[in-house]
Amino acid sequence: MTARRDSLLSVQDLRVRFSTDEGVANAVDGVSFDVREGETLAVVGESGSGKSVSSLAVMGLVPRPPGEVVGGRVLFRGRDGEVRDLLRLSRRALRRIRGDEIAMVFQEPMSSLNPVYTLGDQIAETVRLHQGKDRRAALRVAADMLALLGIPDPEARLAAYPHQISGGMAQRVMIAMALACRPRLLIADEPSTALDVTIQAQVLDLIARMKREIGMAVLFITHHLGVVAEIADRVTVMYAGRVVEQAPTAALFAAPRMPYTQGLLRSVPRLSTEGAATQRLEAIPGDTPSPFHQPNGCSFHPRCAHALSGICDAAVPAMEACGDDHVVRCARWRMLAEAAA
Amino acid sequence: MSAALLQVEGLSKSFPIRRGMFARAGGVVRAVEDVSFTIGRGEILGLVGESGSGKTTVGRAVLRALPPGAGRIVFDGTDIAGLDEAGLRPFRRRMQLVFQDPFSALNPRLTIEQALTEPLLIHHLAPSRAARRERVAALLSMVGLPTAAMQRFPHAFSGGQRQRIGIARALACEPDFIVADEPVSALDVSIQAQVVNLLADLRARLGLTLLFIAHDLAVVEYIADRIAVMYLGHIVEVAESRALCRRPLHPYTAALLSAVPVPDPGAPRRRIVLEGEMPSPANPPSGCPFRTRCRHALPACAEARPALREVEPGRFTACIRDDIVHAGAIEVPA
Repeated sequence: MTARRDSLLSVQDLRVRFSTDEGVANAVDGVSFDVREGETLAVVGESGSGKSVSSLAVMGLVPRPPGEVVGGRVLFRGRDGEVRDLLRLSRRALRRIRGDEIAMVFQEPMSSLNPVYTLGDQIAETVRLHQGKDRRAALRVAADMLALLGIPDPEARLAAYPHQISGGMAQRVMIAMALACRPRLLIADEPSTALDVTIQAQVLDLIARMKREIGMAVLFITHHLGVVAEIADRVTVMYAGRVVEQAPTAALFAAPRMPYTQGLLRSVPRLSTEGAATQRLEAIPGDTPSPFHQPNGCSFHPRCAHALSGICDAAVPAMEACGDDHVVRCARWRMLAEAAA
Repeated sequence: MSAALLQVEGLSKSFPIRRGMFARAGGVVRAVEDVSFTIGRGEILGLVGESGSGKTTVGRAVLRALPPGAGRIVFDGTDIAGLDEAGLRPFRRRMQLVFQDPFSALNPRLTIEQALTEPLLIHHLAPSRAARRERVAALLSMVGLPTAAMQRFPHAFSGGQRQRIGIARALACEPDFIVADEPVSALDVSIQAQVVNLLADLRARLGLTLLFIAHDLAVVEYIADRIAVMYLGHIVEVAESRALCRRPLHPYTAALLSAVPVPDPGAPRRRIVLEGEMPSPANPPSGCPFRTRCRHALPACAEARPALREVEPGRFTACIRDDIVHAGAIEVPA
């Protein structure tokens, strides 16, 4: 099996299909990306882009039915140095990796916590399961973890139940649970989206700090470009089930090549800072396509100001290199870049 | 700006906490306390705050969508705070609400035409079937939807289209004043800009007055003329939008602004990290509501609640630290 030498996770041509009464949706349609050792890769996209389904597929958590992984590979380099295709592992083998080497944090921490167990027991469960520690030792690990996350009075928190804590605290507990076994990869799916902005800032700082301390890589799923700018080393932009652009964060914000990425960046309201003029928000016209009725060719062409009939609606453009470590899926990127220069 | 359309004075609203199986009253949550502000005719006032700040309660209270609390709500010269339902009727038509989630606000069994016709019937606004039909078509075109949308049901529309329908319904009875409660926070970024621009255009075209409630400061700065910042049931700062975002005077506003993720990887980060969380509104701290998390707090901050006072023309802040307020020194050490 092949993967870049510094790749921890290599998703290759992943395809996930959902079959429902409304029809068949190719929610993830040939998605490829790599997460390198120790980096934060942000996957950014709007609803229906397939970003969350991709991350669920990596963990073997696509609900079946109605979902089904119909193709691709998810190569993961384990602690033992061996590269395995997670899509072809037995449930048992996958369970051994999940929660231990790969951990996950979701958007709604409250619905991920079990209301009838204490926080301590829930954090300790992972440790007992994967590290074979007894309850007392596992609880000590849990307390250390909470302390490391800067949660005051960790011993008292261990005895608390989920309903006794706030949403921001619940998300920190989820992170503690995810990090208790010191994973090599953290998959965070919109972990700060439901939180208030000051709490969101705390959670983002926490993930960045833990990444440094544990030396893990982070696959961060979000729709928020501000969050991307703050935490990501590289960015993968998804639209309607496909990757449309991928680049180092600075390059993506400085010189986005895909008209969708450009439009997305222009439609984000920015706080005015001293000296900056306020510009009118430039919305992208139209709606994100329904997963059941994907347009032909480039899925963005019906909303794209630069689309040409006969080209953009004819075939799905190939991924092309357009810069250092920068790839784009647009038939016209070269022309548009020259016109803009 | 001409005379105020809405003037709120000393608005307070608390909710009883019920505990246990017999629902005994166990104290009160003071959701909003002694809040005062005005909105000029044709103005957009942004109301920002985190969850639990009381911003939604303020929005519902000024529409008289909640049992009355204390204080005066003067709408176009009449105090509506104490009016009964009959007295309120003429005002109901003139004040409307746009919800965060338009889907749950629309009846799934009614076509868009039926949903938009309802307010016209209730307020006797169009005499004939043909006139109502014409009005509905006009409303849809006003929010950028095709006439064909009339015959369809809410589920057939995307989130952005549903919010357009929600706005059309609020506009149906030609209100003067609209409370928009987080109208774009459930929408995708590329769609959010469409709806924000639509609201801004409608304000300009129809001379609407808006209370725009949101937690996203960047969106609010973009659309609002002035911004009021709420924390734990109190307004802590009011100012013209750009001034507030460029040079906040209250330490909480400064912290809130510094926490907003900036979509620019090269931007310098000067984050004021707020320790802990907002105290419970059932058990607020004495004195300044923000003092428990404020890096500038002094012992005196615990003694009395600082009043919202005008420290510069048009700029109000509720902070006793004149030294930092006037020095514009609410900055973080690098």
